[in-house]
Amino acid sequence: MAYSNEDLATMDSIIKRYPRSRSAIMPLLHFVQSRVGFVNGEGIELIAKLLTLEAAEVSAVATFYTQYKRSPVGEYHVGVCTNTLCAVMGGDAIFAGLKEHLGLENDGVTADGKVSLEHIECNAACDYAPVVMANWEFYDNQTVQSAKDLVDSMQSGNPKPPTRGANTLVTWKEASAVLAGINDGKAHEGVQAGGPTLLGLKISKEGK
Amino acid sequence: MRQLVPVLSAHWDEKDSFTIEAYTRHGGYKAAQKALAMDPDAVIQLVKDSGLRGRGGAGFPTGMKWGFIPQGDNKAHYLVVNADESEPGTCKDMPLLMANPHVLIEGCIIACHAIRAKYAFIYIRGEVTHIVRRVNQAIEDAYKAGHLGNGVEIVLHVGAGAYICGEETALLDSLEGFRGQPRLRPPFPAIAGLYAMPTVVNNVESIASVPAIILNGAQWYQSMGTEKSKGTTLYSLSGHVKNPGQFEAPLGITLRELLELAGGIRDGHRLKFWTPGGSSTPIFTDAHLDIPLDYEGVAAAGSMLGTKALQIFDETTSIVRAVLRWTEFYKHESCGKCTPCREGTWWLVQILRDLDAGVGTEEDLNKLLDICDNIAGRSFCALADGAVAPIISSLQYFRQEYLDQLANKGPLFDPMDSTLFASSKAGA
Amino acid sequence: MSTTEIVDMITVVIDGFEVSVPKGTLIIRAAEQLGIQIPRFCDHPLLDPVGACRQCLVDIEINGHAFAKPQASCTIPVEPGMIVKTQLTSVVADKAQKGVMELLLINHPLDCPVCDKGGECPLQNQAMSNGQGQTRFEGTKRTFEKPVNISSQVLLDRERCILCARCTRFSDQIASDPFITLNERGALQQVGIYEKVPFKSYFSGNSVQICPVGALTGASYRFRARPFDLVSTPSACEHCASGCDMRTDVRRGKTLRRLAGDDPTVNEEWNCDKGRWAFKYITAIDRLTHPLVRNDAGVLVEASWPEALAAAAKGLKENTSAVLVGGRATYEDAYGYSKFARVALGTNDIDFRSRLSSDEEREFLAAHVVGSSTTYRDIDRADHVLLVGFEPEEESPIVFLRLNKQFRKRALKVTAVASKLSIGVDKLKGEFVKVAPGQEAAAIAKAALTSQSIILVGERASESAGALTAIAALADSTGAKIAWIPRRAGERGALEAGAIGNLLPGGRPVADAAARVDIAALWGTSTLPSSNGRSSDEIIAAVHSGDIAALLVGGVDPLDGNNSAAALAALERAFVVCLEIAPSEVTMRANVVLPVAAITEKSGSFLNWEGRARSFDAAVDESLNRSDLRILSMIAQEMGAALNLGTVRAAAKEIASLGPWDGARVSMKAVSAAKAPALKADQFILNSWRRLLDLGTLQKGEENLAGTARQTIAVISPSRAQVMGVTDGDLLKISTAQGSVTLAALVEDIHDDAVWAPRNSRGSQLLVNLGVGHGAVVTVVKL
Ligand SMILES: Cc1cc2nc3c(=O)[nH]c(=O)nc-3n(C[C@H](O)[C@H](O)[C@H](O)COP(=O)(O)O)c2cc1C
Ligand code: SF4
Ligand code: FES
Repeated sequence: MAYSNEDLATMDSIIKRYPRSRSAIMPLLHFVQSRVGFVNGEGIELIAKLLTLEAAEVSAVATFYTQYKRSPVGEYHVGVCTNTLCAVMGGDAIFAGLKEHLGLENDGVTADGKVSLEHIECNAACDYAPVVMANWEFYDNQTVQSAKDLVDSMQSGNPKPPTRGANTLVTWKEASAVLAGINDGKAHEGVQAGGPTLLGLKISKEGK
Repeated sequence: MRQLVPVLSAHWDEKDSFTIEAYTRHGGYKAAQKALAMDPDAVIQLVKDSGLRGRGGAGFPTGMKWGFIPQGDNKAHYLVVNADESEPGTCKDMPLLMANPHVLIEGCIIACHAIRAKYAFIYIRGEVTHIVRRVNQAIEDAYKAGHLGNGVEIVLHVGAGAYICGEETALLDSLEGFRGQPRLRPPFPAIAGLYAMPTVVNNVESIASVPAIILNGAQWYQSMGTEKSKGTTLYSLSGHVKNPGQFEAPLGITLRELLELAGGIRDGHRLKFWTPGGSSTPIFTDAHLDIPLDYEGVAAAGSMLGTKALQIFDETTSIVRAVLRWTEFYKHESCGKCTPCREGTWWLVQILRDLDAGVGTEEDLNKLLDICDNIAGRSFCALADGAVAPIISSLQYFRQEYLDQLANKGPLFDPMDSTLFASSKAGA
Repeated sequence: MSTTEIVDMITVVIDGFEVSVPKGTLIIRAAEQLGIQIPRFCDHPLLDPVGACRQCLVDIEINGHAFAKPQASCTIPVEPGMIVKTQLTSVVADKAQKGVMELLLINHPLDCPVCDKGGECPLQNQAMSNGQGQTRFEGTKRTFEKPVNISSQVLLDRERCILCARCTRFSDQIASDPFITLNERGALQQVGIYEKVPFKSYFSGNSVQICPVGALTGASYRFRARPFDLVSTPSACEHCASGCDMRTDVRRGKTLRRLAGDDPTVNEEWNCDKGRWAFKYITAIDRLTHPLVRNDAGVLVEASWPEALAAAAKGLKENTSAVLVGGRATYEDAYGYSKFARVALGTNDIDFRSRLSSDEEREFLAAHVVGSSTTYRDIDRADHVLLVGFEPEEESPIVFLRLNKQFRKRALKVTAVASKLSIGVDKLKGEFVKVAPGQEAAAIAKAALTSQSIILVGERASESAGALTAIAALADSTGAKIAWIPRRAGERGALEAGAIGNLLPGGRPVADAAARVDIAALWGTSTLPSSNGRSSDEIIAAVHSGDIAALLVGGVDPLDGNNSAAALAALERAFVVCLEIAPSEVTMRANVVLPVAAITEKSGSFLNWEGRARSFDAAVDESLNRSDLRILSMIAQEMGAALNLGTVRAAAKEIASLGPWDGARVSMKAVSAAKAPALKADQFILNSWRRLLDLGTLQKGEENLAGTARQTIAVISPSRAQVMGVTDGDLLKISTAQGSVTLAALVEDIHDDAVWAPRNSRGSQLLVNLGVGHGAVVTVVKL
């Protein structure tokens, strides 16, 4: 895939954010994912060229981080937290349920390319356990059934909105652009906080 | 005295709490204005006097850290905010940034002034799309409002899935565009940090605590908390409590008190074990309910306050399964640089999988402990110390359960019993 | 260490013994001073400390304050009041080390019996000395598909790797070639390349050498031998003028591998891949085994030594003779040729420069180079290094490593006056002063140097008229030092030996009567020829004009010169006595051919570019071949002249007895630069140099090594490329009246008037194909 002049200008502006260009590797890799869906050789070589590095230096970085994918993931990438707390609270059951429901193993992608599945580590939402992420948006307090409904809604092309996130679920590529630091204008969407986040404040206002 | 004192969280319940308008409405950016009019050293002194300690885990005094930055050295200085929040159980910085990113930006402006930095970087973990949006927007809005761009620049840097990048030197390497592996210390970041320049690395909550301190004074902050652990902080309760969530309280509150506020352990169950500050802090049991949750109190009881991530497990939870899961996490997140952690976690997982399956002998428990002894304090960074903490502490409190599991030649618990949907068995 | 440097010494106690070491010394090395060996893997004295393997843990106490945990002794410098307890005196350190060793071994395969490293493996050795007897690991070992070819020359067995990162750190920190990196994370972390870019570093062999296990192996040595079957001999590298110390490992008369030796003043512990892996030419080529003499029918036939020597002596004696000796002769052999010319032939017509050269150069060498002593150490201290006609990475790789070390350590400023920005200068972030080929002199004159600066002059500077004049003037006006760095290992020695027409041995000017008296006394002759001899170009011209009728030729490739057609014709015309190891363009045309010993078969020395002697012994002692020196002595004897240089030792002794010359030096006549030629739209000025890995004779038979050579390309500038409609990869035809080459284009930073192509690479042998060198006008068209 060729990058448009606009893409190249965006990549240039990403590089310019930093006092030293090499720092831009990570956002540029996110950006490649926003265009291609994963990190391919062309992307690595392009980044190497833009930053005057060897391709090996870029791939060394790309392979270190789990969010950079080596092959295409689904339009909706679903991560089920199976770190201890979520696993105990139901994450294990949810992950098993989704594997069976979608007919996938860990890191698998459905044939229609809509959904991919991964078990993930703690996502800083333990007070909402068990947690499922889709394109790195929060789906809080899931059950096996709600998770199945969620992936069904994705496959039908009308994904349920995140619990704490934008009003609609953006695609994997769109989310990757956000992670590359590109403002998609959706920051104001969604709740400012979920119930558990506000619990202490609420109780305190009740006078405790 | 009231048990809960919302400072950071005071306005989170407003619908648009994350906007610059809401923040300004509640006096936002006044602290920055005040601090910018002060001598930088006076700001540092004030933060020192407040007794604020780092909320990233180690509890290092924040003002003292700022004071380590060499002054008048004609070098660029940097502030780096650690928003990597990946320690299992830890879930305070992300909701803070979702509900009120501007308090962090204001904190950055003040900290940059104090340490004479022109650039602040916010390194946020990558798996949080919406929070990235909020912080990015907040930065844009702060530029528009003129709070940024007149002496302080903030760059948001999004991670890509690596727990180790929360370790401050690995974070710096990652931010420089390298693999996120820890650096040799010395030199410490205060001398040679980002781009080999003097750098302060602080947790989100630490920096976010600063504006209120500037506005209300050191005295005010000092007045809360315990002798050596001052101020208020976010305690995060999760797991088998009736009402999990964030509780902002002065340091020193106990789990018993917090549990009471959270409605107690879920109905019909009792506390089995808990972590005081994330999975890297040795676990506690119901014998530790009254320990003051401040830096000294928790340390005296053999663990660490860490990130105040209180993960609560009731009696339906298998300790062996819980520890196995944590160990798998550390194996997955070990950066690979040093031998004890890389190879050790690989081995520990294999042994724990056997023990979870009820395979092994008592001798294996001793072997497990001995391997932990060869890893802890032998590794390059503290990740590996965290990795063995659950194993060693669980064997301290629950050795018999390990043995019972072996005698049973298999798991003693039905995992379904501990799920959120256990009662309904909805997940079955 | 010079006496002017004052070093703070720090005294520490290690295992109860006091030791004083310079401030900054790491504990692990302070312990070595006491003979205490702390086990280690990632530690390497020339790489930045990383503390990754954790094998070297010790207990430390400073002024009564004990560290809570054992510390990595490879990362911590000594401090006053420090007390260190290693595995010898601390139970904690001992357990820590044993624990790390056990962890290193859990995933390490038990394939020592088939592993090349077996028998010389630091992991194996330290597991024996510091490990536990028994493993407690009962689980599943990590496995990888094996092995991976990371270049045509280097293989990687990932499951053997202990991730000490020495190889990747070497490539990055020392060679600035980060083609191999650590990839993946945690237990899956592994060394690797980016799949489409092989490990094409000129220095890749060092990574293999410093791998502490058998994870990296050289294709050429893999599975060939066990270390205990090898006999090692210290040697010196014959490939270039860097002067690397080496070790040659031989099994039953056959060289199986060569390793970099450890000489802190020269190559430290490194060498280049050519030095390491190009040694099979000795066996790959068809060696000459018997003397040959051309019979009356004009056919070369085998002859006995007495017959051949008599024929050689007769031909040289009956004719006016001159000597051409190649730049690869040892110092002693070159001295033999030098003395032979004067004593046996009575002539100063001798030249070692069997390459493009000039009279300006000959005077420059006599005036500024012979007897000079600029060293690597001077590079370490220089404030600024100017490169002229010299590409360090291609032409003297260890000089490149040293420049790179200083660049990385203290941002040494490097300036290159050149037409094209080279890969090496780019790595040094050097300032590139871009000139049209032939117009170097003006740019040199403008260089801002000081008395702390060094000018590194390559042999190619002679190809640009006026450049050496400008360098001499620059050195005079600024006090900067000059170092002349020829490509070939023997050139500096040959210069010192007087194998050139204007100098006698020891830098004594031929034209100086006192100098001649010195040498005549040493040689026991009454007279020496007193006028400057001819240069190699003049010798060839003199053969054509009939002034010279016989040539003594040793180790010369006539295709290396300016006008190879004339050289070949001269060889046809003259009576030629040739000393060679293998059939060549010269032997084909010779009247008498005398086989000589190859480098591994004899002892001797080279003088590297510093003028430092690099001596070596015969690595292969079964050889019956004789050195050039010995054969020259025999011819001389046959001619009735006494050379008295029967052995290398005799020659070395005689050279040593000759004191330095403190008389006047030859002075240089100023030469001015040529005018820049006017170029037509399709004309360019040729710029070229030889790459490290190319079609050089000494690289014959090394396919694996050749596979790592850089691509043959023709470089033009972006603006010319645009005019011509050329993009990378398009074919360009470069031609002269003599011929042409067709190469893939690379559009890069080069002077608009210039086109660059490698001088002697596959598909681009410019001296032969085009018949021109640097500065000639060539035609370039897009195909
Ligand atoms: C393995 C590891 C992970 C860490 N993760 C985080 C993190 O996610 N966030 C954080 O603020 N500090 C983390 N830390 C602590 C940081 O290294 C550092 O101490 C902290 O950011 C300093 O900030 P503070 O002084 O404000 O607490 C981690 C440390 C280790 C060893
Ligand atoms: S302990 Fe070692 S391998 Fe583990 S994360 Fe730290 S440096 Fe990396
Ligand atoms: S030799 Fe010291 S840590 Fe590797």
